[in-house]
Amino acid sequence: MSKQLNVALIGNPNTGKTSVFNALTGLNQQVGNYPGITVEKKEGICKLPRGVKAHIIDLPGTYSLNASSLDENVVIELLLNRNDKDFPDVAVVVSDVENLKRNLLLFTQIKDLEIPCLLVVNMADRMRRKGITLDIEYLEQQLETKIAVISTRKNEGIDNLKQQIANYKELSIKPCLSASDIDVEYFNRLRNAFPNQLLYKLWLVITQDVNFGKTDRKVIDAIASFKTKSEGDLKRLQQKETIKRYQFINNVLKKGQTIDASQATDVRAKLDRILTHKIWGYVIFFFILLTIFQAIYDWSSIPMDWIDSSFASLSNWVKDTFPGGGKVTDLIAEGIISGLGGIVIFIPQIAFLFLFIAILEESGYMSRVVFLMDRVMRRFGLSGKSVVPLISGTACAIPAIMATRNIESWKERLITILVTPFTTCSARLPVYLIIISLVIPEGRILGLSYQALTLMLLYLIGFGAAVGSAWVLNKILKIKSKSFFVVEMPNYKVPLLKNVALTVLEKTKSFIFGAGKIILAISIVLWVLASYGPGEQFNNAENIITEQYAQDNLSTDDLEHKIASHKLEHSFIGIAGHAIEPAIRPLGYDWKIGIAIVSSFAAREVFVGTLATIYSVGSDDEETIKNRMAGEINPILGGPLFNFASGISLLLFYAFAMQCMSTLAIVKKETNSWKWPVYQFTIMTAIAYIFALIAYQFLK
Amino acid sequence: MQHTIAHLKRGEKGIITDVSSVLIPLKLLEMGCLPGNLVELVQVAPFSDPLYLNINGSHLAIRKETAIHILIDRIDE
Repeated sequence: MSKQLNVALIGNPNTGKTSVFNALTGLNQQVGNYPGITVEKKEGICKLPRGVKAHIIDLPGTYSLNASSLDENVVIELLLNRNDKDFPDVAVVVSDVENLKRNLLLFTQIKDLEIPCLLVVNMADRMRRKGITLDIEYLEQQLETKIAVISTRKNEGIDNLKQQIANYKELSIKPCLSASDIDVEYFNRLRNAFPNQLLYKLWLVITQDVNFGKTDRKVIDAIASFKTKSEGDLKRLQQKETIKRYQFINNVLKKGQTIDASQATDVRAKLDRILTHKIWGYVIFFFILLTIFQAIYDWSSIPMDWIDSSFASLSNWVKDTFPGGGKVTDLIAEGIISGLGGIVIFIPQIAFLFLFIAILEESGYMSRVVFLMDRVMRRFGLSGKSVVPLISGTACAIPAIMATRNIESWKERLITILVTPFTTCSARLPVYLIIISLVIPEGRILGLSYQALTLMLLYLIGFGAAVGSAWVLNKILKIKSKSFFVVEMPNYKVPLLKNVALTVLEKTKSFIFGAGKIILAISIVLWVLASYGPGEQFNNAENIITEQYAQDNLSTDDLEHKIASHKLEHSFIGIAGHAIEPAIRPLGYDWKIGIAIVSSFAAREVFVGTLATIYSVGSDDEETIKNRMAGEINPILGGPLFNFASGISLLLFYAFAMQCMSTLAIVKKETNSWKWPVYQFTIMTAIAYIFALIAYQFLK
Repeated sequence: MQHTIAHLKRGEKGIITDVSSVLIPLKLLEMGCLPGNLVELVQVAPFSDPLYLNINGSHLAIRKETAIHILIDRIDE
């Protein structure tokens, strides 16, 4: 068996590291999590020449080995731990030809760890346009490495890169500069205290103020007695180290790189002038947002309608084809298939959202939005970087909350985490769409449909609630944290189709499978609870109803209908629904909606599926969920159950309530405490109840 | 008068002379914000904050409150 090679891809953000990963692995990749933390772990397999297989890890982007976030920490933990099963045989450092100077800082640090190190210069296709030429031989010699010049955009140099990875044994492990010169005496002492350890590794362990998990805790403990420098002195030394590294890099590049500025054509300046303009910048951003919402609401409705009706006919097909199956057929047709339909129907919207977000990120535009919005967002205690989570939150709060990690100030980050679930996530969308189509009339005003306007309004309410509560939290929370903000403004790029497609595929898949499991499980549980019940009323429903209507000469169909709904009312779920009815009646809901709301607390998207399950348990006709809901009659007041007042009340309830267990779990992980998710849940749900109550009482 | 990055106008340049290691996080230094490096103010956001800079060939944006701690010598052209 051939030995599998461990390769780690490391690099600054925006160097096209992920493109290199995609070019090497194609579809042979998978995304998981590092154990115990929610940092994404991307790994894949690449076939190298001579039948060698490489296991490739795409490490999170980082500017240096001095970690300032959980994601960056992963990089250092892996590189410091030679016993890790993923410890790289070769580190491939990806750099961008236009930012070589800054990218090389990380490279010189990794060289100091004495790991075989290959330098990739990516985006070679831009060299001519920028008037850049490189003396590769000189650079290889000075940097003690091999260099692969590639262009993932033009798909050039990839085979050569694979060849060079396969030849990793020829790579030097000599550092390219001696960083310990910054304080000879101090480092000598360190070397004497720990003669068997790598000096730079010790230095990293000493200076990192982050928790390193298992990695060399013993060393850190031992260092405590050795520590002769104050925090301030260490920081000054780190600054000296950085200066020293840049001096080296500047010297090397002075000879190894020539930039003929007269050759450079720059679209950046021109685009920046428009996209960050104090008026046009906002106008363009607004139109981009409008397009995104248009896509979610309008374009995705076509595949969604198709999915909805397909699952309805599939369910009926199963019932007709296997009529003798009894309970098993019922479970498949009414529990599992309608549950699955509730998941699959999300795919078009989620895919559209991730598509747009991927394009905005890949093109470099997202950084301009951050730049444009920072001052405005700060008024509400947020950061310009909160815009990204708030926009991603329209897809799903879970990735959005993870996207807050690059917010430097803890207070700004915490507020962003707490308010992000107010933004209208795609799980709310099916609820909105179905209720809007039931209670909002079809007319148009100024060419815009009332229904589309209502949806737009709900999104605005979501953002308003997020920003408003951020403002309140900013006043209430007494957290002292250093406010600091730096964002890289990358060059504009036309997004690579392959990258965008893979991102959309990956994110959609993980959302569907992640949320899908919960939805499917709840659908089955609900079906069971609706199909069984305690006591005489449930088990003897046939006799009770037949007796009760004995005089009325009902048709067999009508009679069956009455029996089914009597059974449902006295099933386990019916009893639960009746129990909470007093609390929700003031909001205009009956016990069936009550069940849907209760099950929604696991995940909102369950609402429609639950109603589907509840109603399809009651009848056999081929109708879509919507028609069934429209036919529901309010048991007390008469008239349609879903009328304007109860519809608006439901919309508001879903707009504000914190009904997503997965989000609460993520908040717990990211804030490292149960306190915040508990506050979040209680306060959001209370707000939801109050608004729904007011709306219903005024409108009814 | 001692100038800082916050004093620059759009399109103006300067050479960084001093960076307080206490007030300025390491991350910013690592992105090239070091004494001796050239800095250009590329663009100012609406409400005159944050500032979009080109430091040593790196394009990045920082807030004014950070910029006032980075001392420069202005280059008059």
